[in-house]
Amino acid sequence: MSDDRVTVTAYPDGPLLVRGDIELRASDGSAIPRTRRTVALCRCGLSTIKPFCDGTHKAAGFRTDT
Amino acid sequence: MSPTLSTPVSHPDDTDVATLPFAPRGPVSTAVLRHLVDGIPSDHTRLADAAVDASPDIERDDDLQLALFALYASAYGAFAAFDPDLEWEPSLIATRRVIETAFERSLRQTVEVPELPAPAQDAVARALFALTGAEAGPSLSRYLARKATIDQAHEFLVQRTVYTLREADPHSWAIPRLTGRPKAALVEIQSDEYGGGRPDRVHATLFARTVRGAGLSDEYGAYIDDVPAVTLASHNTMSMFGLNRRLVGAIVGHLAAFDMTSSIPNRLYAEGLRRLGFGDDVCEYFDEHVEADAVHEQIAGRDLAGALAEDRPDLLADIVFGAAACLEVDDRVGRHMLDAWARGESSLRGEDER
Repeated sequence: MSDDRVTVTAYPDGPLLVRGDIELRASDGSAIPRTRRTVALCRCGLSTIKPFCDGTHKAAGFRTDT
Repeated sequence: MSPTLSTPVSHPDDTDVATLPFAPRGPVSTAVLRHLVDGIPSDHTRLADAAVDASPDIERDDDLQLALFALYASAYGAFAAFDPDLEWEPSLIATRRVIETAFERSLRQTVEVPELPAPAQDAVARALFALTGAEAGPSLSRYLARKATIDQAHEFLVQRTVYTLREADPHSWAIPRLTGRPKAALVEIQSDEYGGGRPDRVHATLFARTVRGAGLSDEYGAYIDDVPAVTLASHNTMSMFGLNRRLVGAIVGHLAAFDMTSSIPNRLYAEGLRRLGFGDDVCEYFDEHVEADAVHEQIAGRDLAGALAEDRPDLLADIVFGAAACLEVDDRVGRHMLDAWARGESSLRGEDER
């Protein structure tokens, strides 16, 4: 059913918001625990809780095209 | 210095007062509390009219802010002592309107609102991020992270109990008043606030664990007698925006500003609490909000406030006002704490103020 589609939305000057059932994995293949339905993935590289966003992009003045 | 935290209210000379969940601070709150608890009608509407006219600053008026807090608490069902049959009692509603009309008028005069963006999703989200990123001056979160004593950390938690033990509730009043994109966005945020179906993840429950872990009471209202008018005013601002349908733009703007000024401060609060030796049970609430509000601020800025402004351009001015009001009233609470601590005093109400 189309409602099961995973969406990844780029938020301007901010993170990628992921909605839908996905499994996040670290580089060694281990699962990254996820405690919420919608997660924000770091896009600026500065988060202290990667792969999740912690809002640091704002203080850093991170800018995106879209 | 040790904060003077209140024990249950007990006034030997006035046995009625002992049944109240908190002590009145003047004629209006006395009359309102007596009506809400004992069902004894009185002339509180006339008293409120007079007090509103006489008050030099309703935003910092203990009696009026406490009376308004009590009237809103009746709508939330925050205190078992408040008779549920009185929720819509006309004279209590009349008193509420007298106080909140004056409070709203005052806020609209004192809160500085930036130039309005275009009523477009992207422009509104950017304007809200710009507004909330422009905060200057001393920072409560940096102070907590680096300098606060354990007593000051306790005071900070006490000040936060008024809202956070019922976190997210003021904004939930807006859900049935929105439609389409903004409604879906608000529910997406609130669902996360309420644990996404897991009672143990409800944010208010996480905060209850925090205050218990710090040796404080998690009973709602246990510290009302300890907090100053500015703390009540901060909560009353969001209750007023949430409970009045005509202010739906303001409660949406409030939520956006609240979430946009949350993730980084919460990281600093957790840092400070760990520096003071508190464990994960106390810090988990703050850790959780670093991640949660980095999600919420995006949804609140774009999908909630931005989409609402696009759908309802008539609400744009109130969206921005609500955001600016949130920053202002919460900044006052922060400044109150920092100023008291700079003087070597407690930020909580002393015995002489009661």
